[in-house]
Amino acid sequence: MASSIQHPPRPYPPRVSTYWWLGRWPYLKFILREVSSIFVAWFVVLTLLQISALSRGPAEYLGFEVWLRRPVVIALNAVSFFFVVFHAVTWFNLAPKAMVIRLGGKRVPSLLIAAPNYLAWLAASAAVAWIVLRG
Amino acid sequence: MGKRSNEPFLWMLFSAGGVAAALLIPIHLFLFGLAFPLGWLEAPGYDGLLALVRHPVTRLYLFVLCTLGLFHWAHRFRYTLYDGLQIKHLNEIINTLCYGGAILGTVVAAYLILGIA
Repeated sequence: MASSIQHPPRPYPPRVSTYWWLGRWPYLKFILREVSSIFVAWFVVLTLLQISALSRGPAEYLGFEVWLRRPVVIALNAVSFFFVVFHAVTWFNLAPKAMVIRLGGKRVPSLLIAAPNYLAWLAASAAVAWIVLRG
Repeated sequence: MGKRSNEPFLWMLFSAGGVAAALLIPIHLFLFGLAFPLGWLEAPGYDGLLALVRHPVTRLYLFVLCTLGLFHWAHRFRYTLYDGLQIKHLNEIINTLCYGGAILGTVVAAYLILGIA
C-alpha cells in the first residue's frame, strides 16, 4: 500500500488541559480536597487576628466582632466551613482505605473502621464548644 | 550517601496538621465564624474569653493548632499547585513561598500568643 511509508518515531508529549480536574466527579473531589488547605490557612489567619484584637483591648475586640458580622466575612466563613468539613470527612474516610482489617475471613466494613474517627470528631467538637460557651 | 530528603518530616507535619484541622477547625469556625456573628448562639464576653486565652494550656493549644494548620496548608497547597496547575517548573519559588509562609506564620503566632497581656 502507498501509505506504508516509514516515519521516524517522534516523542509524544501527552497534553493535559489545565482544567483536567473539571471533567469527572472523582477528579473534582480530589481538587476540592486539595483546595481545602487554603481555608485551613484562612482559619489560622482569622484566629490570629482574633487573638491580636483580644490582646489589644475590649474596644478593639468589639471592632473585630463587628467586622465578623459583615456579610462578606460571613459568606467567606460559610464557604470556609464547607471546605473544612469536606477536609474532615475526606480525612476520616482515609482510615479504612489505609487499613484493611479482616475478622473471621471477612473484611471489616469501612464504616466500622472510620467510626472511631467520627466519634473523636464529635468528642473534640463537644469539648471545644463546652469550653467556649461556658465562659 | 545520598542527600537526605526532608519529605518524611514535612509529610509528618502535614499529616499531624490534617488530623488537628479535621478534629478541631470545623467547630471553631462554626462558633466564631457563623454561630456568634449570626446570633445563633450568645458569644462569650470579652473578659471570659481573654481569661480563657490567657491560660497557658489554651496558649499552647492555640499555638499548636495554628502551626500545624499552617504546615498542613504549606504541604498540601504546594502539591495543589503542582498537580492542579501543572507549574512544576516553578518548584523552588513555590516551596519557598509555602514553607516560608508557614515558618513566618509560626513566628507571628508565637509573638501574638505569647504577647497576650
